Amino acid sequence: MQDMNPDDINGEYREVVLTFHDGSQRKTLVTDIEAPFPDGRLIVSRTDPAGIITHVNQSFIDMAGYSEEELIGAPHHILRHPDMPPAAFKGLWETIQAGNRWQGYVKNLCKDGGYYWVYATVIPNTRNNEVVGYTSVRRKPSRKKIKECEALYPTLF
Amino acid sequence: MPYQFTVSPDFTPEHLSGWHIFNTWLQKRLSFGIHLELYDSFEQQRDAINSDKVDLIYANPFDAAMLVREKNFIPVAKPKGKHDEAIVAVNDEHAAKCIEDLQPGTSIASTDDPDVHMMGMLMLEPADLNADNTTHTQCNTYVVVAKELIRGQSDVGLFLAEAFNDLSGMVRKQLRPLVSSEIFVIHHVLMISPKLAEQKTKIIDALLTMHDDPKGPGVLESLGVERWEAMEHEDMEFMIDLMSTLVE
Repeated sequence: MQDMNPDDINGEYREVVLTFHDGSQRKTLVTDIEAPFPDGRLIVSRTDPAGIITHVNQSFIDMAGYSEEELIGAPHHILRHPDMPPAAFKGLWETIQAGNRWQGYVKNLCKDGGYYWVYATVIPNTRNNEVVGYTSVRRKPSRKKIKECEALYPTLF
Repeated sequence: MPYQFTVSPDFTPEHLSGWHIFNTWLQKRLSFGIHLELYDSFEQQRDAINSDKVDLIYANPFDAAMLVREKNFIPVAKPKGKHDEAIVAVNDEHAAKCIEDLQPGTSIASTDDPDVHMMGMLMLEPADLNADNTTHTQCNTYVVVAKELIRGQSDVGLFLAEAFNDLSGMVRKQLRPLVSSEIFVIHHVLMISPKLAEQKTKIIDALLTMHDDPKGPGVLESLGVERWEAMEHEDMEFMIDLMSTLVE
């Protein structure tokens, strides 16, 4: 996956290199600007079994700041924020690969370096007893839950 | 014996006659008998489904998942551009200006419409409200939900957006929406039972060409539907997956 581009970034940023589960790396450019989750919306995406994005809805595009063309075919960790502990995603994958639903609070990284918090639910899509992908739906979290996560997550690295 | 057709009980009263007109049109197009049976509540309708009395249904998305998974119903069409959306509203004089102003102990009024209740409760989550820290009054109709708010008997009402917009101007001006959903992908579905499976192609053809039929547009208008669109099996699976992520 390509490194983030300084030309896309809005405001002052810091550089953090992320290493993903497959050993690949990405240089992220991160600001402290939060994008509020819009009321009444759901952010929806689907991936193939390997986590490659196959579908996004308009709310996903609006919040992430990438075009649909940039998102389809990209790994879902294009949204990975360096403040998210890797253990959270390890737990996510273990849960959904076992055929179960995963729910949790996630800080996502926008194309412009900003971030947004979501309450995410991920489920396996089963067709004829075979997992053909995953559906993820994010809804608006409460500020109280966000504060709890902001205190907890740095302790999980 | 005619097949039985039923409609999700959340249809707005002004479309009642429309469903009877649609049923008459459908029988003429398909050349077999269909009896329209309307139930007063989701509970009554589910009893009929569980007793295998229903052959054709305009189903609430909540029930559509159960109909596919447990009863092997087949989706045949969806109303074009018509989505199920919910509105969370308060009495216009209520102190809350946004969802986050609501506090534990909030009293909620809603109908037995399961998808609206679900969407409404999702929109209360940013205030950390849930079934455990709120009270709930179930009302027979959305007009009764509105009255609950106007009389100050409940803090918030959960409305089907279409039903909220159909309230009289006098009622609506005493209410204030706090939030409206913009989900776009949850909608009702016209479905057939396995008993009608052999007629699937004929039914789909009738529905998808209905807007070109001489009488079709008038019947569609009486339902508040622009036209029917194909509902592919994978579309249905996607909606079921999506609903699965939302139901706790």
